[in-house]
Amino acid sequence: MRKQLLSFLAPLLAGILLLGLWSCVHRRLSPEKQYLVPSPGDVVAAFIENRSTLALGALITAAGAAAGLTAAVVLGYVLALGLAFSKITRAALYPYLMVLQMTPIIVFAPILVLVIDASLLRVAIITFLICFFPLVVNTTQGLLSVDSQLLDFFRLSRASRRDEFLRLRMPAAQPYFFTGLRIAATLAPIGAIVGDYTAGNAQGGVGGLGFQIVLTSSRFQMPQLYATAITGCALGFVFVAVVLALQWLALHRWHDSYDRAR
Amino acid sequence: MPPPSPLVAGHAVSKRYGDGPLILRDLAFSAQPGDFVTLIGPSGCGKSTLLRLIAGLSPLSSGQLEIAGRPPGKSAAEVAFVFQEPALLPWLDVARNVELPLLLRRAPAPRRNESRVRALDLVRLSEKSAAYPRELSGGQKMRVSLARALTLSPSLILLDEPFGALDELSRQRLNEELLAIHAREKWTAFFVTHSVAEAVFLSNRILILAANPGRFHAEVTVDLPFPRTAETRLSTEYQRVVAEVTRLLHSAEAAAA
Repeated sequence: MRKQLLSFLAPLLAGILLLGLWSCVHRRLSPEKQYLVPSPGDVVAAFIENRSTLALGALITAAGAAAGLTAAVVLGYVLALGLAFSKITRAALYPYLMVLQMTPIIVFAPILVLVIDASLLRVAIITFLICFFPLVVNTTQGLLSVDSQLLDFFRLSRASRRDEFLRLRMPAAQPYFFTGLRIAATLAPIGAIVGDYTAGNAQGGVGGLGFQIVLTSSRFQMPQLYATAITGCALGFVFVAVVLALQWLALHRWHDSYDRAR
Repeated sequence: MPPPSPLVAGHAVSKRYGDGPLILRDLAFSAQPGDFVTLIGPSGCGKSTLLRLIAGLSPLSSGQLEIAGRPPGKSAAEVAFVFQEPALLPWLDVARNVELPLLLRRAPAPRRNESRVRALDLVRLSEKSAAYPRELSGGQKMRVSLARALTLSPSLILLDEPFGALDELSRQRLNEELLAIHAREKWTAFFVTHSVAEAVFLSNRILILAANPGRFHAEVTVDLPFPRTAETRLSTEYQRVVAEVTRLLHSAEAAAA
């Protein structure tokens, strides 16, 4: 009971301390620089004042992030299956996957702006490019890391290649897939905000969070900029929470990481 | 009456991996239906490799090996393998783990159910059929693994040190259960172990191997009467055979050095 209280109070106390530190920094700055770090009160006021703009922006960004992430999951899984299925596809495609990962995604933004009209689609594509790699790499790793005795058992049972994937490799890869998905889910809102920032616009209203960052920073509306950043952070927590819930559903019955006896 | 044709017959069986050293050299052996053959010998003598050859998991380098008259892996006889680890699928419950070999053979549901019930009954784990592997003890997992091997009603079971990780009492209990099942089902067994006591208790024949390269050093026929029970381990005849196999194991080690 005391332990529980402590684990609840400790982060609360740390939060209050950080808020105190924040307003301390605000008050210590010289008047001409004070706008750079607005007081917590000003940020809260900006939150309340712009709540509908922020909420709509969060929804638009969430839509772009969700679309990009979903596409990355589907195509990433299919590619991982292909990579795991044969050494030749692995040898042929892996280098180019690395190239994609090493490329700064920003360079795609101007091209996308020229080629695609819909802002949401551009954002989704940028999110997709950012989320794709961790999903492919982790899932492929999982599909290949199957216990050799289990593979022997499937061979002895004269299992087809299809059964080997459906009944052995794919279930065994689930924990790895979810590791990739957790990383991708953290990246997705960031990817969508970067997409918004570089390739978004206010088509049909206020625009996503990234677009709002462009606007508020160019107008030096610092409290609103901070409020936008905090909204983006909250969005990230929502994405990760959804993935953790899905992971629990898929793994809690059998995976050791959910074994309460351990 | 002519002797029955052997279920497993090996002639001049040799094995090396790639350009590596010879693992097994010129093995000649056979097993009749119902034989319980134990392979025992120092580490690295190729016992497990020999099981993999018989299972068809690994090809011979030279020689001939036949299971019911056909090469390993092509034989019509059902062959089951029990690994050192239980090798269960952790995401399937006990019932579905036990059914899996039949599912992979596309056996119809009624046949799967019937075999599963029979196999779980044989290892006395029927009440655990809805449990997941992580909820079982080491001994229970091994019994599920055994049940899975039994679902196909195999004529040959290859067991690669299946009880090595268990405590002594669990191991003795499982030895007794294994023999009871063997008495009912009459499959042929090739059993790898490091334990002389286990080898003598289970087998009617013990093949002692020497290492570098792996080869047969001696064969001991165990004439202890069946059914064998916990009492058997107290008999002077049992103790005598254990002493003899131990002596031969020592001389096998000396032969390799």
